Amino acid sequence: MSDSASVKDRVIAIIAEQAVLDPEQVTLDSSLEDLGIDSLGLVESIFAIEEAFDISVPFNANDPSQSEFDISSVAAIVAAVEKLIAGQTA
Amino acid sequence: MTEARPGAPRRVAITGAGTINALGHDVAATFDAFREGRCGIGELQFRDVDRLSIRIGGQVRDYDPEAHFNRQQIALYDRFTQFTLLAARQAIDQSGLNFNGNLGYEAGVVLGTAAGGMNTWDDNYRLVYEEGKNRVHPFVVPKLMNSAAASHVSMEWNLRGPSFTVSTACASSNHAMGLAFQMVRSGACKAMVTGGSEAMLTFGGIKAWEGLRVMSRDACRPFSANRNGMVQGEGAGVFVFEDWDHARARGADILAEVIGFAMSSDASDIVMPSQQGAERAISGCLRDARLNPEEVGYINAHGTGTAANDKTESAAVAHAFGQHADRVMISSTKSMHGHIIGGTGAVELLACILALRDGIVAPTVGYEEPDPECALDVVPNVAREARVEVALSNAFAFGGLNAVIALRRA
Repeated sequence: MSDSASVKDRVIAIIAEQAVLDPEQVTLDSSLEDLGIDSLGLVESIFAIEEAFDISVPFNANDPSQSEFDISSVAAIVAAVEKLIAGQTA
Repeated sequence: MTEARPGAPRRVAITGAGTINALGHDVAATFDAFREGRCGIGELQFRDVDRLSIRIGGQVRDYDPEAHFNRQQIALYDRFTQFTLLAARQAIDQSGLNFNGNLGYEAGVVLGTAAGGMNTWDDNYRLVYEEGKNRVHPFVVPKLMNSAAASHVSMEWNLRGPSFTVSTACASSNHAMGLAFQMVRSGACKAMVTGGSEAMLTFGGIKAWEGLRVMSRDACRPFSANRNGMVQGEGAGVFVFEDWDHARARGADILAEVIGFAMSSDASDIVMPSQQGAERAISGCLRDARLNPEEVGYINAHGTGTAANDKTESAAVAHAFGQHADRVMISSTKSMHGHIIGGTGAVELLACILALRDGIVAPTVGYEEPDPECALDVVPNVAREARVEVALSNAFAFGGLNAVIALRRA
């Protein structure tokens, strides 16, 4: 469950649901903006990620770029989630 | 005194003001804090605060309900109603009006609140869900109603005219005061008790706000480049708006004149503000008050300290005021008392009165770094002496509901 592929697939599934896309359409290099996710969709995605992985994501909607959580691409989000999961079990 | 012809617009005087908020339990204490640039935001203290990630707010301190209300009243009055009644008492006492005779039929109360009896909801949900109780106090419903405070004010002071509560999130008080102004201006009422109240600093209240991720963990720094969100406050502001001729005839002390009001809707997004919607409310208010931008000396900003609000509001003011935008002073007192949500416009109107009456412009405290997207004179950190003839107060709520009110020096 905590292997990399499944974290990736689950994050993609969450993002795909927000973007109302099929998971296959969500590529690792796409940004949330590319996928049509707005600020509310972003906050909802982060909530869904926190619930799915039982983690706490450091994210302030006032300045997403300054948050410790990198949301610049799907790959970046997957990596950040993996890091948070690792930090929790360490 | 000449009698105005029937149906002609009446002038509207403010003849009483009251408040309780994080800066003090009355207007004088709040004015002192505005003068000193004192911040009332601190660590929140209530049950389960340790389960929150946001732990600061503008909480009313040293408040003992039993010092003001008896046991039966406390059973009926949620904290937002208590705040309202305390502020209303100060305002009505100051006005010197007595509504027990015929005046009571020509006077009403319009108040704003976003959440109403949030403490009552929170406490009683806790009882039935967390503690598994199957019985609640009989007055839960009349205590939590959004309109409870307006009803209790009407009962306490015999206000028998139009009374109701408006709820437009963070613009509730401005909408309430604007409607009260229109009722006095139109001649429908001789006097209106108006303002708003909010008491959302509870575990459930803050937990809900946490979810939006727009709250700051450390400070409210409106217009500062390093701002990182809003900080919530609590409290009430209540005023007496009175027919100008009525006030003059009885020799009342007039604190300021209400001269204009406008509302607009963004019709676009449930949380993101719109520059155009805000600008239409500001320009509409100037038109309603027959003002040129140059006549406005001070604007009490909505200024929440979020990235989105402050840059949108700055752009709206810059556009609505044109060349005069560089000269008008604009400050956000939320930096001191926090964002009082449905009550915030009422507490902020006090800063307009202070500017007009005492020539003191309250500062935006916590200001650390200029932001090119908020390039206005935001009166950073230190209050300023200035003669101000006209002041505006902005409120731009979630869901794009905008309300701007204008006052003139009396």
